[in-house]
Amino acid sequence: MTVVEPVDAVNALEETYLKLARIRAFELKAMDLFSEKFIRGSVHPYIGMEAVAVGVCGALRDDDYITSTHRGHGHCIAKGLELRPMMAEITGRATGYCKGRGGSMHITAMGKGMLGADAIVAGSVAIATGAAYGLRLQGKDAVVVAFFGDGGSNQGIFHEAANLASVLSAPVVFVCENNQWAISMPIQRAIAVEDIAVRAAGYGFPGEIVDGNDVLAVRDVAQRAVDRARRGDGPTLIEAKTYRITPHSAATPTDNRAPEELDLWRERDPIARFARHLVDSGAATEDRLEELGRQAAAEVEDAAAYALDSPYPDPADVEDDVYAPADWLREGRLA
Amino acid sequence: MSTVAVSELTMAEALNEGLREEMERDPSVWVIGEDIGAHGGLFKVTEGLLADFGPARVIDSPISEAGITGAGVGAALIGCRPVVELQIFDFVTLTMDQLVNHAAKWRYMSGGQVSVPLVVRGPISNGIGMAAQHSQTLEAWFVHTPGLMVIMPSNAYDAKGLLKSAIRDDNPVVFLEKRLLYSRKAEVPRDEYLIPIGVADVKRRGDDITVVAAGASVQLALQAARQLAREGIELEVVDPRTLKPLDMDTIAESVARTGRLIVVNEGPRAGGFASEVVARTLDHVPLQDLKAAPRRVTARDTPIPYSAGLERAVLPSLDDLLAAAAVVMS
Repeated sequence: MTVVEPVDAVNALEETYLKLARIRAFELKAMDLFSEKFIRGSVHPYIGMEAVAVGVCGALRDDDYITSTHRGHGHCIAKGLELRPMMAEITGRATGYCKGRGGSMHITAMGKGMLGADAIVAGSVAIATGAAYGLRLQGKDAVVVAFFGDGGSNQGIFHEAANLASVLSAPVVFVCENNQWAISMPIQRAIAVEDIAVRAAGYGFPGEIVDGNDVLAVRDVAQRAVDRARRGDGPTLIEAKTYRITPHSAATPTDNRAPEELDLWRERDPIARFARHLVDSGAATEDRLEELGRQAAAEVEDAAAYALDSPYPDPADVEDDVYAPADWLREGRLA
Repeated sequence: MSTVAVSELTMAEALNEGLREEMERDPSVWVIGEDIGAHGGLFKVTEGLLADFGPARVIDSPISEAGITGAGVGAALIGCRPVVELQIFDFVTLTMDQLVNHAAKWRYMSGGQVSVPLVVRGPISNGIGMAAQHSQTLEAWFVHTPGLMVIMPSNAYDAKGLLKSAIRDDNPVVFLEKRLLYSRKAEVPRDEYLIPIGVADVKRRGDDITVVAAGASVQLALQAARQLAREGIELEVVDPRTLKPLDMDTIAESVARTGRLIVVNEGPRAGGFASEVVARTLDHVPLQDLKAAPRRVTARDTPIPYSAGLERAVLPSLDDLLAAAAVVMS
């Protein structure tokens, strides 16, 4: 564990713990709701990776932006999105962030700096780059974080976006969550280098490796990258080495990973680890952490109740929002 | 009409003026593409913009079609109005994911929270021996994509007014420019003007056959019209100008009057835009108002070959159109 700086008040540490617990509770509930058929399609749980989102977003301001992935609930919660409209969205309700149009893989919340979650692997890295460049043109000093995975680092668009971000000095931080597995393909067979972070060198910006299960270490490395971007010094690639403890998705429960490997990573659970750190360092008591855990669970239950009590969207409105308002958007022009 | 001050501009010059005026008017407009800065774009559409607006707003990009299109989407999300130039429009295949999965869908997936005011423009480069990967007419793909708009001007005047409207529209626009039209001149007003999106222009009046043609096909249709007029057959040439949204009111009114429809399109025949116009016309015009079955004059379903005679054989020709006219008049 990294040393806690004096400025980190107990409150901030507790808030960090609460965010981790909130994501875990949300994902467990989402998996339940999927089994109970309240959620269509799939849910890609972020369980085991919570420290990455919480650590990175801990280095962001409210006016900074993120883009996310199909496994995006954790990023949303870490960025400060509200649980009620999140749960309503993934249960397909009219009260969801996206009015039930997006679902689990496509939560957007512009008011919270969430540009959108993207279900095309690495699909949003160029979007994050362009948003970052645009913010600089607008004279703002906000930054954009693009979350993606180890698999995303093999996509062409990652390499195009990394190079473009570098030549434009765009204030973007590429956060590669290396959870070491595609659905069934281990990283050792998918990537020919040991560390994804080395790929940054090919584009002329720093690549940093961090223990993705150490929330404070992630926060520190993210802070450096965010500061660098904000100063106008360009992008950073952060490789957060982590692991998803749960299967790829609720809809694809088959898991061909070795039980011993799963056990090993369960022992490295980022939330239990941070809890031990807080207790050992005297920053929080076990009782207090249990209380925060109960609070997180209660918030999630409240969100689920709110969602399941919410109306479904009206099919009569299904063609709304395909296009932004325009003079030409009149009857008969499109079909 | 004679009091309006006009300039004779090529379509490339008119597009350049359109970009320049919108960049002057709105600081959120910027352009990005390959060789668009000092070089002014392969076909000079961005000539002089770098000198006037600087490298932050006129961005010479690395050769990364997907990267620059995706960057355009992201910038649009936070309030910019980027114009992405694809040097040759066939290269859109490299960025279909950014255009189709991202630009077209982001607003809808977000439940209307965001809009994507992005223009992706570039040349259709057929007819000059650029072969199969530089000569495609791909508008049907984008007409088929909910969330996108598709614009295809046929002359300098329309091109400028439509580009300005496209930049101001809050939706993602695919803007297709026929390369052979870049050097073709037309009178363009010196004062600012806009051409509304979704409004067709009747390029020639006639009562016998409605010919729907956009982009370069308009010239082919007008050529056929001049020839057939000598035989007493009057073509009405309807240029939709914007393929999506499509001005069905104008097309349907014309076909209801003439009773005959030919659609000319340089794209491949199967699943093409011409088929779409025929089908939609049948949605709007009662069968009993038709005097003949509608015809399509399109490219053949082959890649575009290199050798001149072969390319001519694949692209729709004047003879093809005249033959179709003979069929619908018989």
